[in-house]
Amino acid sequence: MPDYDPPDLHVDPNQPDAIIATGAWQVHALATKELLPKLNRVLERLNDRDKAHWDMSGITALDHIGAQYLWDAWGKRRPPGLQLSPSHQKTFDRLEKTDNLTLPDEQERSLLSWKSITEKSDLILDHFHGFIALIGQLVLDTAQFIKKPLDGPWKEVSASIYHAGFQALGITALVGFLIGVVLSYLSAQQLHTFGGDIYLVNILGMSIIRELGPLLAAILVAGRSGSSMTAQLGVMRVTEELDAMLVMGMPHGFRLIMPKVLALAIAMPLLVIWTDAMALIGGMAAALLELNLSPTYFLYKLPDAVPLANYWIGIGKGVVFGSLIALVACHFGLRIKANTESLGQGTTTSVVTAITVVILADAVFAIVFNGVGF
Amino acid sequence: MESTAVIDVEGLVSRFGNFVVHDNLNLAIAPGEIVSLVGGSGSGKTTLLRQILGLEKPAAGCVRVFGEDINGSDGKRLQQLRNRWGMLFQHGALFSALSAIDNVALPLRELRTLPEALVVEAALLKLQMVGINAAQALNMPADLSGGMVKRVALARALALEPELLFLDEPTAGLDPSLSDTFVELIAALHQEMSLTVVMVTHDLDTIYALSTKIAVLADKHVIAYGTPEEVLEVEHPFIKEFFLGERGKRAMAAMPTAHDSLNKPDMKI
Repeated sequence: MPDYDPPDLHVDPNQPDAIIATGAWQVHALATKELLPKLNRVLERLNDRDKAHWDMSGITALDHIGAQYLWDAWGKRRPPGLQLSPSHQKTFDRLEKTDNLTLPDEQERSLLSWKSITEKSDLILDHFHGFIALIGQLVLDTAQFIKKPLDGPWKEVSASIYHAGFQALGITALVGFLIGVVLSYLSAQQLHTFGGDIYLVNILGMSIIRELGPLLAAILVAGRSGSSMTAQLGVMRVTEELDAMLVMGMPHGFRLIMPKVLALAIAMPLLVIWTDAMALIGGMAAALLELNLSPTYFLYKLPDAVPLANYWIGIGKGVVFGSLIALVACHFGLRIKANTESLGQGTTTSVVTAITVVILADAVFAIVFNGVGF
Repeated sequence: MESTAVIDVEGLVSRFGNFVVHDNLNLAIAPGEIVSLVGGSGSGKTTLLRQILGLEKPAAGCVRVFGEDINGSDGKRLQQLRNRWGMLFQHGALFSALSAIDNVALPLRELRTLPEALVVEAALLKLQMVGINAAQALNMPADLSGGMVKRVALARALALEPELLFLDEPTAGLDPSLSDTFVELIAALHQEMSLTVVMVTHDLDTIYALSTKIAVLADKHVIAYGTPEEVLEVEHPFIKEFFLGERGKRAMAAMPTAHDSLNKPDMKI
């Protein structure tokens, strides 16, 4: 690595209006700490900058950035009486030839301008519109699938079930079990003070089967599969695979979106049952340790404490949550633009929206099935 | 500037699993040359380029750039080294989240000492050198055409005034007239900035128009390294097929002035 001899400016002691430049005027030398401020100070001390004579014959090297710095110091024109070695001449020729180097002004945008507000609301309307269109397309695609089931994308459906369902068994089991343990411990302590130990079965059974199982599974699947679906579609946009499919006559709705929605609509209820079971096992284990409540009693009491309707509501929630997660993931995936920033943003928005939509749907379930299953 | 080789590859061995790509490969490139790396597909041109750049580590052997061992030096020296070279990737590899001007300004801003006004001016100058005006400079890479992406990428590669420029398929994906302008651009910049250029390309027109030296990769070695005339003298099936096949002759015929000696009748197959 050669050491650059640092660029320097100094005023000629014999001629006060002559300024001598020496050293290597190259970007790496100029980028040395404290060098540019030093040069700037020399320039400031120069009284009559326009009249100064520049002697540049002593410089050892010059590149475009060094030349640009001097050019700016000269007020973007060649100073009179410039002494320059011929080999450095062409660098300044280049600068002389170029137009003025300024960026066109970017429009200032305040957050609260009328334009930005209408843009925001347009965007929300656009999302809404797009989502409705996506559901409509899904209905049409499903009708086509039912009409000719043999021509359907079976492989895509089964692959999605495997990825979103089977591969999620581990994490849903772990989280379900732990939530069951936590819930059981907390409720057992409270119930014990009232002497209502045996009601633990009611509390655990009802909350897990009707509410927590479906919600836990949905949140985990939204984070796991929702994000991967969005990212997959986004990368397919970046690599133009989506366009390639259209050109070959493979519609996105039938080959990408419907299989994902169907797969999650099938896999999610199964995951809900699995998560329910794991959470109840966790609850039973904690009940055995904390209240000495035997699993036999727990299982014997469960059908009485939780009417069957709750079980069906839980499974129904699974179907709806699964479809919603897949739809939201596809909606945001297809809107990703061909750049990395949009990919990251789209995936984040997709997961956040999917979880919000799931909780919203859960609230709708609670209102609609008010009074059912008690 | 050292008088010794800018790039010195010695006894390079590279493997993918059991598949040997290079076996005891040697290559030394002198300053100021424009070297074309040619070879059949799978002959390891891109692998060699990536190893010179330090993106891949060879199984054995040594790569020195500016006399500095790419795989043996400490981080600070490597960083100084990296500031002395520029690389144009095949598809540009522009940062898609940054506008054209920000892409070019990024290496300058990374130095952290240059004032912002100078950075913008220097970046705009580089963009003008490759034929992009200030109005287009604010565009995002996604809004640029393929040719413009390559130009911006070239401007970014030149941002830090490198002494050494790597080009991976500089004219691939450009239409013939655009690719001719690009070749002229590189030739002009080579003149203006006294660069050493190493490029990987399949395009015979580009090779003849630009290279002062050609390095032919085949049989896991550099089988020939020299001026185009010297390389054509070498007896090897790949050289015969690549340079003296139908396409090769056509490309040569199109460049009669530069390479008269190649059209000697005894050279034809």
